[in-house]
Amino acid sequence: MMVDNKKGFQIFANVLMTFLAICALAPFILLIMSSITDEQALIMNGYSFWPSKFSLYSYRYLLTKSSAVARGYVISAVVTVIGTVCHLLLTTLYAYPLSRHELPGRNVFAFYLFFTMLFSGGLVPAYLMWTQTFHIRNTIFALLIPGLMMNGFNVIMMRTYFTSNIPDAIVEAARVDGANEFTILFGIVMPMAMPIVATISLLVGLAYWNDWMNGLYYLNDNSMYSIQVLLMKIQRNLDQLRQQAQSGGNVQIADMPSTSIRMALTVMGILPIMVIYPFLQKYFVKGIAIGAVKG
Amino acid sequence: MKRVTRTLRRFWPLYLMFLPGVVYLFINCYIPMFGIQIAFRRYNAKDGVYGSPWVGFENFKFLFQTDDAFIMVRNTLLYNLVFIALGTVLAISVAIILNEIRNQFAKQLYQTLILIPYLISMVIVSYLAFAFLSTGNGYINNTLLKVLGIPAIDWYNTPKYWPFILVLINVWKGLGYNMILYYATICGIDHTLYEAAVVDGANRWQQITNVTLPCLKSTIIILTLMSLGGIFRSDFGLFYQVPQNSGPLINVTQTIDTYVYRGLMQSNNIGMSSAAGLYQSVVGFILVVTANLVVRKVDAESSLF
Repeated sequence: MMVDNKKGFQIFANVLMTFLAICALAPFILLIMSSITDEQALIMNGYSFWPSKFSLYSYRYLLTKSSAVARGYVISAVVTVIGTVCHLLLTTLYAYPLSRHELPGRNVFAFYLFFTMLFSGGLVPAYLMWTQTFHIRNTIFALLIPGLMMNGFNVIMMRTYFTSNIPDAIVEAARVDGANEFTILFGIVMPMAMPIVATISLLVGLAYWNDWMNGLYYLNDNSMYSIQVLLMKIQRNLDQLRQQAQSGGNVQIADMPSTSIRMALTVMGILPIMVIYPFLQKYFVKGIAIGAVKG
Repeated sequence: MKRVTRTLRRFWPLYLMFLPGVVYLFINCYIPMFGIQIAFRRYNAKDGVYGSPWVGFENFKFLFQTDDAFIMVRNTLLYNLVFIALGTVLAISVAIILNEIRNQFAKQLYQTLILIPYLISMVIVSYLAFAFLSTGNGYINNTLLKVLGIPAIDWYNTPKYWPFILVLINVWKGLGYNMILYYATICGIDHTLYEAAVVDGANRWQQITNVTLPCLKSTIIILTLMSLGGIFRSDFGLFYQVPQNSGPLINVTQTIDTYVYRGLMQSNNIGMSSAAGLYQSVVGFILVVTANLVVRKVDAESSLF
Protein backbone atom coordinates (compact mmCIF):
# COMPACT_ATOMS: atom_id res chain seq x y z
CA MET A 1 0.00 0.00 0.00
CA MET A 2 2.67 2.42 1.12
CA VAL A 3 4.88 1.43 -1.81
CA ASP A 4 2.06 1.80 -4.32
CA ASN A 5 1.31 5.23 -3.00
CA LYS A 6 4.89 6.32 -3.46
CA LYS A 7 4.99 4.93 -6.95
CA GLY A 8 1.77 6.70 -7.82
CA PHE A 9 3.17 9.97 -6.59
CA GLN A 10 6.37 9.54 -8.56
CA ILE A 11 4.36 8.99 -11.72
CA PHE A 12 2.19 12.01 -11.01
CA ALA A 13 5.23 14.19 -10.32
CA ASN A 14 7.03 13.07 -13.45
CA VAL A 15 4.00 13.54 -15.64
CA LEU A 16 3.45 17.03 -14.27
CA MET A 17 7.08 18.06 -14.68
CA THR A 18 7.17 16.62 -18.19
CA PHE A 19 4.10 18.67 -19.03
CA LEU A 20 5.76 21.85 -17.69
CA ALA A 21 8.95 21.08 -19.60
CA ILE A 22 6.94 20.64 -22.80
CA CYS A 23 5.15 23.95 -22.16
CA ALA A 24 8.53 25.63 -21.71
CA LEU A 25 9.84 24.18 -24.96
CA ALA A 26 6.78 24.20 -27.23
CA PRO A 27 7.14 27.80 -28.45
CA PHE A 28 10.76 27.13 -29.40
CA ILE A 29 9.79 24.03 -31.35
CA LEU A 30 7.11 26.00 -33.18
CA LEU A 31 9.71 28.65 -33.93
CA ILE A 32 12.30 26.21 -35.27
CA MET A 33 9.72 24.34 -37.33
CA SER A 34 8.44 27.58 -38.85
CA SER A 35 11.97 28.61 -39.75
CA ILE A 36 12.38 25.48 -41.88
CA THR A 37 8.93 25.68 -43.45
CA ASP A 38 8.47 26.53 -47.08
CA GLU A 39 7.11 30.06 -47.29
CA GLN A 40 4.10 29.07 -49.42
CA ALA A 41 3.19 26.35 -46.94
CA LEU A 42 3.49 28.90 -44.14
CA ILE A 43 1.13 31.28 -45.90
CA MET A 44 -1.34 28.48 -46.64
CA ASN A 45 -1.35 26.60 -43.34
CA GLY A 46 0.13 29.08 -40.90
CA TYR A 47 2.72 28.29 -38.24
CA SER A 48 2.70 24.61 -37.42
CA PHE A 49 4.60 22.05 -35.39
CA TRP A 50 4.94 19.77 -38.40
CA PRO A 51 5.26 21.67 -41.67
CA SER A 52 3.62 20.28 -44.79
CA LYS A 53 6.67 21.28 -46.78
CA PHE A 54 10.22 21.81 -45.50
CA SER A 55 12.65 24.32 -46.88
CA LEU A 56 16.01 25.60 -45.73
CA TYR A 57 15.73 28.59 -48.01
CA SER A 58 15.52 31.16 -45.20
CA TYR A 59 18.78 30.01 -43.61
CA ARG A 60 20.48 29.96 -46.99
CA TYR A 61 19.17 33.43 -47.62
CA LEU A 62 20.28 34.78 -44.24
CA LEU A 63 23.74 33.27 -44.49
CA THR A 64 24.50 34.23 -48.08
CA LYS A 65 22.34 37.12 -49.22
CA SER A 66 22.10 39.29 -46.13
CA SER A 67 25.03 41.05 -44.54
CA ALA A 68 22.85 42.22 -41.65
CA VAL A 69 22.98 38.89 -39.85
CA ALA A 70 26.73 38.43 -40.00
CA ARG A 71 27.25 42.02 -38.92
CA GLY A 72 24.69 41.62 -36.15
CA TYR A 73 26.48 38.56 -34.85
CA VAL A 74 29.84 40.33 -34.85
CA ILE A 75 28.42 43.35 -33.04
CA SER A 76 26.59 41.19 -30.49
CA ALA A 77 29.73 39.16 -29.85
CA VAL A 78 32.01 42.19 -29.54
CA VAL A 79 29.58 44.00 -27.24
CA THR A 80 29.05 40.91 -25.09
CA VAL A 81 32.77 40.22 -24.66
CA ILE A 82 33.92 43.80 -24.08
CA GLY A 83 30.91 44.59 -21.93
CA THR A 84 31.36 41.55 -19.73
CA VAL A 85 35.07 42.18 -19.25
CA CYS A 86 34.49 45.83 -18.34
CA HIS A 87 31.63 44.90 -16.02
CA LEU A 88 33.79 42.34 -14.24
CA LEU A 89 36.66 44.77 -13.91
CA LEU A 90 34.48 47.54 -12.47
CA THR A 91 32.74 45.06 -10.15
CA THR A 92 35.94 43.49 -8.84
CA LEU A 93 37.72 46.79 -8.34
CA TYR A 94 34.77 48.09 -6.32
CA ALA A 95 34.02 44.90 -4.41
CA TYR A 96 37.56 44.20 -3.21
CA PRO A 97 38.18 47.38 -1.22
CA LEU A 98 34.62 47.11 0.13
CA SER A 99 35.58 43.73 1.55
CA ARG A 100 38.69 45.08 3.36
CA HIS A 101 37.21 45.81 6.76
CA GLU A 102 40.30 47.70 7.94
CA LEU A 103 39.75 50.37 5.26
CA PRO A 104 38.56 53.65 6.80
CA GLY A 105 35.57 55.24 5.11
CA ARG A 106 34.50 52.16 3.19
CA ASN A 107 30.93 52.70 4.45
CA VAL A 108 30.77 55.92 2.46
CA PHE A 109 31.56 53.98 -0.71
CA ALA A 110 29.10 51.26 0.27
CA PHE A 111 26.36 53.85 0.65
CA TYR A 112 27.34 55.51 -2.64
CA LEU A 113 26.71 52.12 -4.26
CA PHE A 114 23.55 51.20 -2.31
CA PHE A 115 21.85 54.45 -3.11
CA THR A 116 21.97 53.69 -6.84
CA MET A 117 20.01 50.50 -6.10
CA LEU A 118 17.32 52.37 -4.21
CA PHE A 119 16.73 55.45 -6.32
CA SER A 120 16.98 56.09 -10.03
CA GLY A 121 16.63 59.17 -12.17
CA GLY A 122 14.61 57.21 -14.68
CA LEU A 123 14.68 57.14 -18.45
CA VAL A 124 14.12 60.77 -19.40
CA PRO A 125 17.13 62.44 -17.73
CA ALA A 126 19.36 59.49 -18.61
CA TYR A 127 18.28 59.63 -22.24
CA LEU A 128 18.86 63.38 -22.47
CA MET A 129 22.28 63.05 -20.83
CA TRP A 130 23.52 60.21 -23.06
CA THR A 131 22.31 61.84 -26.25
CA GLN A 132 23.03 65.50 -25.58
CA THR A 133 26.05 65.53 -23.27
CA PHE A 134 27.83 62.38 -24.38
CA HIS A 135 26.52 62.14 -27.99
CA ILE A 136 26.31 58.41 -27.70
CA ARG A 137 23.75 57.95 -30.44
CA ASN A 138 24.72 55.48 -33.17
CA THR A 139 28.05 54.57 -31.62
CA ILE A 140 29.13 51.21 -30.24
CA PHE A 141 29.20 52.86 -26.79
CA ALA A 142 25.41 53.06 -26.89
CA LEU A 143 25.26 49.28 -26.63
CA LEU A 144 28.05 49.03 -24.06
CA ILE A 145 27.76 51.77 -21.50
CA PRO A 146 24.26 52.89 -20.47
CA GLY A 147 22.96 50.89 -17.54
CA LEU A 148 24.76 47.62 -18.13
CA MET A 149 28.36 48.14 -17.12
CA MET A 150 27.99 47.96 -13.35
CA ASN A 151 25.28 46.75 -11.07
CA GLY A 152 25.00 47.04 -7.31
CA PHE A 153 23.75 43.50 -6.82
CA ASN A 154 26.77 41.99 -8.53
CA VAL A 155 29.17 44.12 -6.51
CA ILE A 156 27.51 43.01 -3.28
CA MET A 157 27.52 39.40 -4.43
CA MET A 158 31.24 39.59 -5.09
CA ARG A 159 32.04 41.45 -1.90
CA THR A 160 30.12 38.82 0.10
CA TYR A 161 32.15 36.12 -1.63
CA PHE A 162 35.42 37.90 -0.83
CA THR A 163 34.57 38.39 2.84
CA SER A 164 33.37 34.84 3.39
CA ASN A 165 35.80 32.87 1.23
CA ILE A 166 39.12 34.70 1.22
CA PRO A 167 40.89 34.38 4.61
CA ASP A 168 42.34 37.64 5.92
CA ALA A 169 45.51 35.77 6.81
CA ILE A 170 46.33 35.19 3.13
CA VAL A 171 45.94 38.87 2.27
CA GLU A 172 47.97 39.85 5.34
CA ALA A 173 50.73 37.40 4.49
CA ALA A 174 50.98 38.74 0.95
CA ARG A 175 51.16 42.27 2.32
CA VAL A 176 53.95 41.33 4.69
CA ASP A 177 55.79 39.85 1.72
CA GLY A 178 55.63 43.28 0.14
CA ALA A 179 52.94 42.65 -2.49
CA ASN A 180 50.94 45.74 -3.40
CA GLU A 181 47.15 45.78 -3.35
CA PHE A 182 46.76 45.31 -7.09
CA THR A 183 49.03 42.28 -7.07
CA ILE A 184 47.09 40.88 -4.12
CA LEU A 185 43.75 41.41 -5.89
CA PHE A 186 44.65 40.09 -9.32
CA GLY A 187 47.33 37.58 -8.31
CA ILE A 188 45.87 36.04 -5.17
CA VAL A 189 42.25 36.99 -4.50
CA MET A 190 40.86 36.71 -8.05
CA PRO A 191 42.19 33.18 -8.70
CA MET A 192 40.52 32.11 -5.46
CA ALA A 193 37.24 33.74 -6.49
CA MET A 194 36.80 32.00 -9.85
CA PRO A 195 33.41 30.43 -9.01
CA ILE A 196 31.81 33.81 -8.39
CA VAL A 197 33.63 35.37 -11.37
CA ALA A 198 32.23 32.61 -13.61
CA THR A 199 28.73 33.06 -12.25
CA ILE A 200 28.69 36.84 -12.62
CA SER A 201 30.25 36.64 -16.10
CA LEU A 202 27.47 34.37 -17.27
CA LEU A 203 24.68 36.55 -15.96
CA VAL A 204 26.29 39.71 -17.32
CA GLY A 205 27.14 38.09 -20.65
CA LEU A 206 23.53 36.99 -21.00
CA ALA A 207 22.33 40.52 -20.19
CA TYR A 208 24.59 42.02 -22.86
CA TRP A 209 23.71 39.42 -25.47
CA ASN A 210 19.98 39.87 -24.84
CA ASP A 211 19.94 43.65 -24.56
CA TRP A 212 17.88 45.50 -27.12
CA MET A 213 16.65 48.47 -25.08
CA ASN A 214 19.82 50.51 -25.49
CA GLY A 215 19.43 49.89 -29.22
CA LEU A 216 15.84 51.06 -29.01
CA TYR A 217 16.84 54.30 -27.31
CA TYR A 218 20.10 55.19 -28.97
CA LEU A 219 20.42 53.50 -32.38
CA ASN A 220 18.85 54.24 -35.71
CA ASP A 221 21.80 53.55 -37.99
CA ASN A 222 21.45 49.96 -39.14
CA SER A 223 25.20 49.44 -39.44
CA MET A 224 25.33 49.34 -35.62
CA TYR A 225 22.54 46.83 -34.98
CA SER A 226 23.32 43.81 -32.84
CA ILE A 227 21.28 40.69 -33.52
CA GLN A 228 18.70 41.53 -30.83
CA VAL A 229 18.41 45.13 -31.96
CA LEU A 230 18.02 43.90 -35.53
CA LEU A 231 15.16 41.63 -34.48
CA MET A 232 13.53 44.44 -32.57
CA LYS A 233 13.83 46.86 -35.48
CA ILE A 234 12.51 44.28 -37.95
CA GLN A 235 9.44 43.82 -35.87
CA ARG A 236 8.95 47.55 -36.17
CA ASN A 237 9.69 47.65 -39.80
CA LEU A 238 8.97 44.38 -41.47
CA ASP A 239 10.07 45.78 -44.77
CA GLN A 240 13.65 46.24 -43.74
CA LEU A 241 15.09 43.00 -45.07
CA ARG A 242 13.16 43.55 -48.26
CA GLN A 243 14.84 46.91 -48.70
CA GLN A 244 18.23 45.36 -48.16
CA ALA A 245 17.53 42.77 -50.80
CA GLN A 246 16.45 45.59 -53.04
CA SER A 247 19.68 47.48 -52.62
CA GLY A 248 21.61 44.23 -52.96
CA GLY A 249 19.69 43.62 -56.14
CA ASN A 250 20.07 39.85 -56.09
CA VAL A 251 16.66 38.88 -54.84
CA GLN A 252 13.28 39.68 -56.28
CA ILE A 253 11.03 41.23 -53.68
CA ALA A 254 8.16 38.97 -54.60
CA ASP A 255 9.87 35.70 -53.74
CA MET A 256 11.22 36.82 -50.35
CA PRO A 257 9.88 34.45 -47.69
CA SER A 258 9.60 37.08 -45.04
CA THR A 259 7.87 35.10 -42.27
CA SER A 260 10.19 32.12 -42.29
CA ILE A 261 13.18 34.45 -42.64
CA ARG A 262 12.07 36.24 -39.52
CA MET A 263 11.73 32.93 -37.73
CA ALA A 264 15.16 31.80 -38.93
CA LEU A 265 16.64 35.07 -37.72
CA THR A 266 14.98 34.57 -34.33
CA VAL A 267 16.46 31.08 -34.14
CA MET A 268 19.87 32.60 -34.84
CA GLY A 269 19.30 35.12 -32.04
CA ILE A 270 18.90 32.36 -29.45
CA LEU A 271 21.26 29.82 -31.00
CA PRO A 272 24.44 30.83 -29.11
CA ILE A 273 22.57 30.74 -25.79
CA MET A 274 21.09 27.33 -26.53
CA VAL A 275 24.49 25.98 -27.57
CA ILE A 276 26.36 27.01 -24.44
CA TYR A 277 23.52 26.68 -21.93
CA PRO A 278 23.62 22.88 -21.43
CA PHE A 279 27.31 23.07 -20.52
CA LEU A 280 27.01 25.99 -18.15
CA GLN A 281 23.56 25.25 -16.75
CA LYS A 282 25.01 24.55 -13.29
CA TYR A 283 26.52 28.05 -13.07
CA PHE A 284 23.31 29.72 -14.19
CA VAL A 285 21.39 27.92 -11.49
CA LYS A 286 23.99 28.78 -8.87
CA GLY A 287 24.04 32.41 -9.96
CA ILE A 288 20.29 32.71 -9.63
CA ALA A 289 20.22 30.96 -6.28
CA ILE A 290 22.88 33.12 -4.57
CA GLY A 291 22.08 36.28 -6.49
CA ALA A 292 18.52 36.51 -5.31
CA VAL A 293 18.74 35.38 -1.74
CA LYS A 294 21.96 37.15 -0.94
CA GLY A 295 21.24 40.17 -3.15
CA MET B 1 45.59 66.09 9.37
CA LYS B 2 48.53 63.83 10.05
CA ARG B 3 46.14 60.93 10.51
CA VAL B 4 44.54 61.61 7.14
CA THR B 5 47.94 61.62 5.42
CA ARG B 6 48.90 58.41 7.16
CA THR B 7 45.62 56.73 6.16
CA LEU B 8 46.06 57.86 2.57
CA ARG B 9 49.66 56.74 2.42
CA ARG B 10 48.72 53.31 3.65
CA PHE B 11 45.44 52.80 1.80
CA TRP B 12 45.71 54.84 -1.42
CA PRO B 13 45.75 51.79 -3.72
CA LEU B 14 42.46 50.63 -2.22
CA TYR B 15 40.89 54.06 -2.66
CA LEU B 16 42.21 54.15 -6.21
CA MET B 17 40.35 50.90 -6.93
CA PHE B 18 37.06 52.62 -6.12
CA LEU B 19 37.71 55.30 -8.72
CA PRO B 20 36.42 53.62 -11.94
CA GLY B 21 33.24 52.49 -10.21
CA VAL B 22 32.70 55.87 -8.60
CA VAL B 23 33.03 57.59 -11.97
CA TYR B 24 30.73 55.13 -13.74
CA LEU B 25 28.04 55.33 -11.08
CA PHE B 26 28.31 59.10 -11.03
CA ILE B 27 27.64 59.33 -14.75
CA ASN B 28 25.19 56.46 -15.13
CA CYS B 29 23.18 57.00 -11.96
CA TYR B 30 23.88 60.27 -10.16
CA ILE B 31 23.79 62.74 -13.07
CA PRO B 32 20.33 61.44 -14.12
CA MET B 33 19.22 61.85 -10.49
CA PHE B 34 20.10 65.54 -10.67
CA GLY B 35 18.53 65.70 -14.12
CA ILE B 36 15.21 64.66 -12.63
CA GLN B 37 14.54 68.36 -12.06
CA ILE B 38 13.31 68.64 -15.65
CA ALA B 39 10.01 67.35 -14.29
CA PHE B 40 9.65 70.81 -12.76
CA ARG B 41 10.72 72.70 -15.90
CA ARG B 42 9.16 73.37 -19.28
CA TYR B 43 11.80 71.57 -21.31
CA ASN B 44 13.12 72.97 -24.55
CA ALA B 45 16.11 71.59 -26.41
CA LYS B 46 17.84 74.97 -26.73
CA ASP B 47 18.10 75.63 -22.97
CA GLY B 48 18.58 71.98 -22.03
CA VAL B 49 17.89 70.16 -18.79
CA TYR B 50 19.43 72.78 -16.51
CA GLY B 51 18.37 75.96 -18.34
CA SER B 52 14.72 75.49 -19.29
CA PRO B 53 12.28 77.71 -17.33
CA TRP B 54 10.88 76.47 -14.02
CA VAL B 55 7.14 75.76 -13.99
CA GLY B 56 6.69 74.22 -10.53
CA PHE B 57 4.19 71.39 -10.48
CA GLU B 58 2.58 72.22 -13.82
CA ASN B 59 3.69 68.96 -15.50
CA PHE B 60 2.28 66.92 -12.64
CA LYS B 61 -1.00 68.86 -12.74
CA PHE B 62 -1.38 68.10 -16.44
CA LEU B 63 -0.38 64.48 -15.96
CA PHE B 64 -2.85 63.75 -13.19
CA GLN B 65 -5.66 65.50 -15.06
CA THR B 66 -5.46 62.85 -17.76
CA ASP B 67 -6.90 59.34 -17.62
CA ASP B 68 -3.43 58.06 -18.53
CA ALA B 69 -2.14 58.57 -15.00
CA PHE B 70 -4.83 56.38 -13.49
CA ILE B 71 -4.63 53.71 -16.18
CA MET B 72 -0.87 53.28 -16.11
CA VAL B 73 -0.66 53.12 -12.31
CA ARG B 74 -3.62 50.72 -12.16
CA ASN B 75 -2.08 48.43 -14.77
CA THR B 76 1.38 48.51 -13.22
CA LEU B 77 0.10 47.67 -9.75
CA LEU B 78 -2.47 45.04 -10.72
CA TYR B 79 -0.21 43.16 -13.12
CA ASN B 80 2.57 43.12 -10.54
CA LEU B 81 0.27 41.86 -7.80
CA VAL B 82 -0.96 39.02 -10.00
CA PHE B 83 2.59 38.22 -11.15
CA ILE B 84 3.82 38.08 -7.56
CA ALA B 85 0.91 36.03 -6.19
CA LEU B 86 0.67 33.55 -9.04
CA GLY B 87 4.42 33.41 -9.60
CA THR B 88 5.12 32.61 -5.95
CA VAL B 89 2.45 29.95 -5.55
CA LEU B 90 3.42 28.17 -8.77
CA ALA B 91 7.15 28.43 -8.08
CA ILE B 92 6.79 26.91 -4.62
CA SER B 93 4.49 24.11 -5.83
CA VAL B 94 6.81 23.19 -8.68
CA ALA B 95 9.89 23.39 -6.45
CA ILE B 96 8.30 21.02 -3.93
CA ILE B 97 7.24 18.55 -6.60
CA LEU B 98 10.65 18.69 -8.29
CA ASN B 99 12.30 17.97 -4.95
CA GLU B 100 10.17 14.84 -4.51
CA ILE B 101 11.34 13.31 -7.77
CA ARG B 102 13.73 10.40 -7.17
CA ASN B 103 15.37 10.05 -10.55
CA GLN B 104 18.32 12.45 -10.37
CA PHE B 105 18.76 12.62 -14.11
CA ALA B 106 15.11 13.50 -14.72
CA LYS B 107 15.23 16.08 -11.94
CA GLN B 108 18.20 17.81 -13.52
CA LEU B 109 16.58 17.66 -16.96
CA TYR B 110 13.30 19.23 -15.81
CA GLN B 111 15.14 22.03 -14.07
CA THR B 112 17.28 22.70 -17.14
CA LEU B 113 14.34 22.77 -19.53
CA ILE B 114 12.04 24.92 -17.40
CA LEU B 115 14.73 27.58 -17.04
CA ILE B 116 15.17 28.02 -20.81
CA PRO B 117 12.48 30.72 -21.28
CA TYR B 118 14.26 32.83 -18.66
CA LEU B 119 17.34 33.01 -20.89
CA ILE B 120 15.83 34.73 -23.88
CA SER B 121 15.08 38.39 -24.49
CA MET B 122 11.61 39.90 -24.66
CA VAL B 123 12.15 40.61 -28.35
CA ILE B 124 12.42 36.88 -28.96
CA VAL B 125 9.41 36.30 -26.72
CA SER B 126 7.43 38.72 -28.86
CA TYR B 127 8.25 36.65 -31.96
CA LEU B 128 7.24 33.46 -30.17
CA ALA B 129 3.97 35.05 -29.04
CA PHE B 130 3.32 36.23 -32.59
CA ALA B 131 3.76 32.69 -33.94
CA PHE B 132 0.83 31.66 -31.74
CA LEU B 133 -1.29 34.80 -31.94
CA SER B 134 -0.86 36.13 -35.47
CA THR B 135 -4.31 36.69 -36.90
CA GLY B 136 -3.55 35.45 -40.39
CA ASN B 137 -1.35 32.41 -39.83
CA GLY B 138 -0.82 32.05 -36.06
CA TYR B 139 -0.94 28.59 -34.56
CA ILE B 140 -3.96 29.28 -32.37
CA ASN B 141 -6.19 30.76 -35.08
CA ASN B 142 -5.04 28.42 -37.80
CA THR B 143 -4.86 25.13 -35.99
CA LEU B 144 -6.35 25.09 -32.50
CA LEU B 145 -9.44 27.19 -33.12
CA LYS B 146 -10.00 25.58 -36.53
CA VAL B 147 -10.07 22.14 -34.96
CA LEU B 148 -12.53 23.37 -32.34
CA GLY B 149 -14.62 25.11 -34.99
CA ILE B 150 -14.25 28.53 -33.35
CA PRO B 151 -13.88 31.54 -35.68
CA ALA B 152 -10.48 33.24 -35.76
CA ILE B 153 -9.78 35.92 -33.17
CA ASP B 154 -8.05 39.18 -33.97
CA TRP B 155 -5.72 38.90 -30.96
CA TYR B 156 -3.71 42.08 -31.46
CA ASN B 157 -6.86 44.20 -31.61
CA THR B 158 -8.86 42.63 -28.80
CA PRO B 159 -7.92 44.04 -25.38
CA LYS B 160 -9.94 41.63 -23.24
CA TYR B 161 -7.57 38.69 -23.81
CA TRP B 162 -4.37 40.53 -23.02
CA PRO B 163 -4.41 40.49 -19.22
CA PHE B 164 -4.43 36.68 -19.47
CA ILE B 165 -1.87 36.56 -22.26
CA LEU B 166 0.56 38.83 -20.40
CA VAL B 167 0.17 36.90 -17.14
CA LEU B 168 0.68 33.61 -19.00
CA ILE B 169 3.83 34.89 -20.71
CA ASN B 170 5.19 36.28 -17.46
CA VAL B 171 4.62 32.96 -15.68
CA TRP B 172 6.07 31.00 -18.60
CA LYS B 173 9.22 33.13 -18.68
CA GLY B 174 9.74 33.47 -14.92
CA LEU B 175 8.73 30.07 -13.56
CA GLY B 176 12.15 28.44 -13.90
CA TYR B 177 13.88 31.37 -12.26
CA ASN B 178 11.44 31.65 -9.35
CA MET B 179 11.39 27.91 -8.89
CA ILE B 180 15.17 27.79 -8.47
CA LEU B 181 15.02 30.42 -5.72
CA TYR B 182 12.72 28.22 -3.64
CA TYR B 183 14.28 24.95 -4.71
CA ALA B 184 17.66 26.14 -3.41
CA THR B 185 16.11 26.72 0.01
CA ILE B 186 14.32 23.37 -0.02
CA CYS B 187 17.59 21.58 -0.83
CA GLY B 188 19.12 23.25 2.22
CA ILE B 189 16.52 21.92 4.66
CA ASP B 190 18.00 19.64 7.31
CA HIS B 191 17.19 16.00 6.43
CA THR B 192 16.83 14.98 10.05
CA LEU B 193 13.63 17.07 10.18
CA TYR B 194 12.04 14.81 7.56
CA GLU B 195 13.34 11.69 9.31
CA ALA B 196 11.81 12.89 12.57
CA ALA B 197 8.52 13.55 10.78
CA VAL B 198 8.53 10.06 9.29
CA VAL B 199 9.19 8.56 12.74
CA ASP B 200 6.17 10.53 13.97
CA GLY B 201 4.14 8.87 11.22
CA ALA B 202 3.80 11.85 8.87
CA ASN B 203 2.86 11.02 5.31
CA ARG B 204 4.26 12.85 2.29
CA TRP B 205 1.63 15.59 2.36
CA GLN B 206 2.08 16.13 6.11
CA GLN B 207 5.85 16.36 5.59
CA ILE B 208 5.28 19.14 3.07
CA THR B 209 2.88 21.14 5.22
CA ASN B 210 4.73 20.58 8.51
CA VAL B 211 8.37 20.65 7.45
CA THR B 212 8.92 22.08 3.95
CA LEU B 213 6.54 25.03 4.06
CA PRO B 214 7.55 26.26 7.54
CA CYS B 215 11.22 26.07 6.47
CA LEU B 216 10.40 28.11 3.37
CA LYS B 217 8.55 30.77 5.33
CA SER B 218 11.32 33.32 5.67
CA THR B 219 12.40 32.89 2.03
CA ILE B 220 8.81 33.43 0.92
CA ILE B 221 8.47 36.53 3.06
CA ILE B 222 11.77 38.01 1.93
CA LEU B 223 11.29 37.38 -1.78
CA THR B 224 7.71 38.63 -1.69
CA LEU B 225 8.71 41.79 0.14
CA MET B 226 11.51 42.40 -2.34
CA SER B 227 9.03 41.97 -5.20
CA LEU B 228 6.57 44.31 -3.51
CA GLY B 229 9.39 46.85 -3.34
CA GLY B 230 9.49 46.78 -7.14
CA ILE B 231 5.74 46.89 -7.65
CA PHE B 232 5.89 50.34 -9.29
CA ARG B 233 8.25 49.10 -11.99
CA SER B 234 7.35 46.98 -14.98
CA ASP B 235 9.10 45.00 -17.68
CA PHE B 236 9.05 47.38 -20.63
CA GLY B 237 9.58 44.57 -23.14
CA LEU B 238 6.61 42.58 -21.88
CA PHE B 239 4.20 45.48 -22.08
CA TYR B 240 5.51 47.22 -25.19
CA GLN B 241 7.29 44.71 -27.42
CA VAL B 242 5.10 41.66 -26.86
CA PRO B 243 1.80 43.43 -27.70
CA GLN B 244 3.68 44.98 -30.64
CA ASN B 245 2.83 48.52 -29.55
CA SER B 246 -0.71 47.89 -30.73
CA GLY B 247 -2.91 50.97 -30.27
CA PRO B 248 -6.24 49.26 -29.43
CA LEU B 249 -4.54 47.39 -26.59
CA ILE B 250 -3.16 50.47 -24.82
CA ASN B 251 -5.81 50.41 -22.12
CA VAL B 252 -4.61 47.06 -20.83
CA THR B 253 -0.92 47.27 -21.76
CA GLN B 254 0.04 50.79 -20.71
CA THR B 255 2.31 50.78 -17.64
CA ILE B 256 4.38 53.60 -16.17
CA ASP B 257 7.45 52.49 -18.12
CA THR B 258 5.67 52.35 -21.48
CA TYR B 259 4.05 55.72 -20.80
CA VAL B 260 7.41 57.34 -20.05
CA TYR B 261 8.89 55.84 -23.22
CA ARG B 262 5.98 56.85 -25.42
CA GLY B 263 5.99 60.38 -23.99
CA LEU B 264 9.72 60.73 -24.60
CA MET B 265 10.13 59.09 -28.01
CA GLN B 266 6.75 59.21 -29.72
CA SER B 267 4.52 62.04 -28.57
CA ASN B 268 7.49 64.22 -27.63
CA ASN B 269 5.82 65.17 -24.38
CA ILE B 270 8.92 65.41 -22.22
CA GLY B 271 7.16 67.33 -19.44
CA MET B 272 4.54 64.73 -18.65
CA SER B 273 6.90 61.87 -19.40
CA SER B 274 9.48 63.13 -16.91
CA ALA B 275 6.76 63.86 -14.35
CA ALA B 276 5.57 60.24 -14.62
CA GLY B 277 9.19 59.09 -14.35
CA LEU B 278 9.81 61.14 -11.21
CA TYR B 279 6.55 59.87 -9.70
CA GLN B 280 7.72 56.31 -10.38
CA SER B 281 11.19 56.96 -8.93
CA VAL B 282 9.92 58.56 -5.72
CA VAL B 283 7.19 56.02 -4.97
CA GLY B 284 9.59 53.24 -5.99
CA PHE B 285 12.21 54.60 -3.59
CA ILE B 286 9.74 54.66 -0.71
CA LEU B 287 8.58 51.12 -1.50
CA VAL B 288 12.10 49.69 -1.79
CA VAL B 289 13.26 51.32 1.44
CA THR B 290 10.14 50.17 3.29
CA ALA B 291 10.48 46.65 1.93
CA ASN B 292 14.10 46.47 3.05
CA LEU B 293 13.30 47.84 6.50
CA VAL B 294 10.72 45.09 6.95
CA VAL B 295 13.08 42.47 5.51
CA ARG B 296 15.71 43.55 8.01
CA LYS B 297 13.25 42.72 10.80
CA VAL B 298 12.74 39.23 9.34
CA ASP B 299 16.33 38.46 8.46
CA ALA B 300 19.03 41.08 8.75
CA GLU B 301 21.36 39.15 6.41
CA SER B 302 19.01 39.49 3.44
CA SER B 303 18.40 43.22 3.71
CA LEU B 304 20.21 45.64 1.43
CA PHE B 305 21.19 47.89 4.31
